[in-house]
Amino acid sequence: MNQGLISSTDRVDLGYVKRGTGKIPRALMLLAVGIIISMLLILMVSIGIGGIGVLSWEFLSNPPENGMEEGGIFPAIFGTVFLVILMIIFVVPVGVLTAVYLSEFTRADSRVARLIRIAINNLAGVPSIVFGLFGLGFFVGFIGTGLDRLVTDGGRPVWGQPAIIWAALTLSLLTLPVVIVSTEEALRSIPKEMKDASYALGASRLQTITRVILPQAMPGILTGGILAISRGAGEVAPIMFTGAAYYLPYLPTKLNHQFMELGYHIYVMATQSPDIEKTKPILFGTVLVLLMLTFMLNFTAIFIRARIRSRRTNV
Amino acid sequence: MPELKFKPKSKFWEAFGEGFISLNAFLALIGILLIFIFIFKEALPIFTDAEVQKEAAFSKMLFKQQYYEGQKPKWSWQPNSEVPKYSLLPLFLGTIKAAVIAMLFAAPLAIGAAIYSSEFTSKRTREMIKPAIEILAGIPSVVLGFFALILLATFLQNVFGWTFRLNAVNAGIALGLAVIPIIFTIAEDAMTAVPQSLRDAAMALGANSWQVSTMTVFPAALPGIAAGVVLGFGRAIGETMIVLMASGNAAIISIDPLVSIRTFSATIAAELAEVVFGSAHYNVLFLIGTLLFIFTFVVNLGGDLILARLKMKIQGNTK
Repeated sequence: MNQGLISSTDRVDLGYVKRGTGKIPRALMLLAVGIIISMLLILMVSIGIGGIGVLSWEFLSNPPENGMEEGGIFPAIFGTVFLVILMIIFVVPVGVLTAVYLSEFTRADSRVARLIRIAINNLAGVPSIVFGLFGLGFFVGFIGTGLDRLVTDGGRPVWGQPAIIWAALTLSLLTLPVVIVSTEEALRSIPKEMKDASYALGASRLQTITRVILPQAMPGILTGGILAISRGAGEVAPIMFTGAAYYLPYLPTKLNHQFMELGYHIYVMATQSPDIEKTKPILFGTVLVLLMLTFMLNFTAIFIRARIRSRRTNV
Repeated sequence: MPELKFKPKSKFWEAFGEGFISLNAFLALIGILLIFIFIFKEALPIFTDAEVQKEAAFSKMLFKQQYYEGQKPKWSWQPNSEVPKYSLLPLFLGTIKAAVIAMLFAAPLAIGAAIYSSEFTSKRTREMIKPAIEILAGIPSVVLGFFALILLATFLQNVFGWTFRLNAVNAGIALGLAVIPIIFTIAEDAMTAVPQSLRDAAMALGANSWQVSTMTVFPAALPGIAAGVVLGFGRAIGETMIVLMASGNAAIISIDPLVSIRTFSATIAAELAEVVFGSAHYNVLFLIGTLLFIFTFVVNLGGDLILARLKMKIQGNTK
């Protein structure tokens, strides 16, 4: 349409000397996409093929036997579920309230808000093994041992040892940024008119938060919680020293018990097994179970998030 | 009569609730401070305790040491030998080697895919690339470690016939898989954040779509792409389970990428469980943790700063 306005000599004057269309670079970029997707497929298909054979109700419901070369993974599943439930109880309230504070109590460019945001971003970037060190030094060594001084008379430690509660607390600090970011996004999607209406009806800020804002943000909070579970269920380094055990003959029922966990179980079987060939089928099965668990959680979260986003654009 | 839903307010509960929320918001800040304090606290004896310094002074970790009579001084990490050796150089070399290989593998793939996804593809293909990246991001690192240890290492050894089955390249590739989603996401965000007005202006000046992308959008988004690479590098340095499982864990001084390596993070993971509480070895492992913490803290702060600047610049352009 506008071709007539700009002659080809003008284009040269404008500095566009080479008028390439970038066929080769574009093909290379497409190749990059192809390599990423095919590596993902290779990973998933090889784990799927290796693991599908051992999946059965017995595998999911029985404890390991014979030095983990036979039997199932029920204690690891139980420990993982117990662990993430505890983690969620700690992380969701704190994460949600932090997000509420950031979006309702302060301006985004205030000094306090910026400081908290820097802390959250850095928390998300701290290596998971550092969380493990922290959990051992702070929760087990400081809080746990401190509690023991209060409640026991110097006998065997009750709290000052690796335990599921310390592992869950460590993980909740690690997943805190996930919950905050997800809740914040949901809070931002709430139309301002809704809050205005609430204030116009005479509600206080706290009432507006508990009865208008939080119910509206529920899907976002749910997404954050699910993503946190998915992240927490897959982390091994933070729980290695804070509560996870190679093998336990009993299921953890108290907060100061140690526990078995899927990710840690994979690590143990893959690296400490006396005969890796015999452990392999069960190992693949365990990896497949962990992968399916995290994918299921992630897909649910992505689905809910997509619905929030479409709601926002529809408003 | 419509029922009045809001009860009369109680001043006490209002103040209590608001105070509680405000206090809560500082937990993230307190958390990051506590992490630093409690890790550094356990590393502190290296600098203050003479007894610990005899075995593991900080200078002994940095410089060549003569451990036995008549032997040349060398750098060595052997904390459990008769004469404990705590040189950090082999671990540093291993960490850098793994992270650099991971970046060489991941950065071109992730940046290429990000540019392709934001510039040259239809909405439908993009809907395929993005979930694939999200799936990759959701894979637990222990699963990537397992993949590298059991499948990738065997495959690479069969194809290339390497002496060490578990080596820096094997670990680096698996590490790269963990880093790709980080670089991709940040780079793609930076590209799509470039305002339409810039593209329109370039188009109006007669540029074709390839020229718009390479001469206008890419330079504008370059700081964001750099931030993605920096943050990806930070992740590669700190990642634990992948290198612990896939790198062979031998602290060797060599720049050959095909020998086994031992990284900082994997050293902590492998040795902390067996170490005596409060021993010099224990202090050294926490010192390594402190170094990792400080390094990732600086990297993250730098990456975020670049991104914040870029955001301001781009928003400024549209006004």
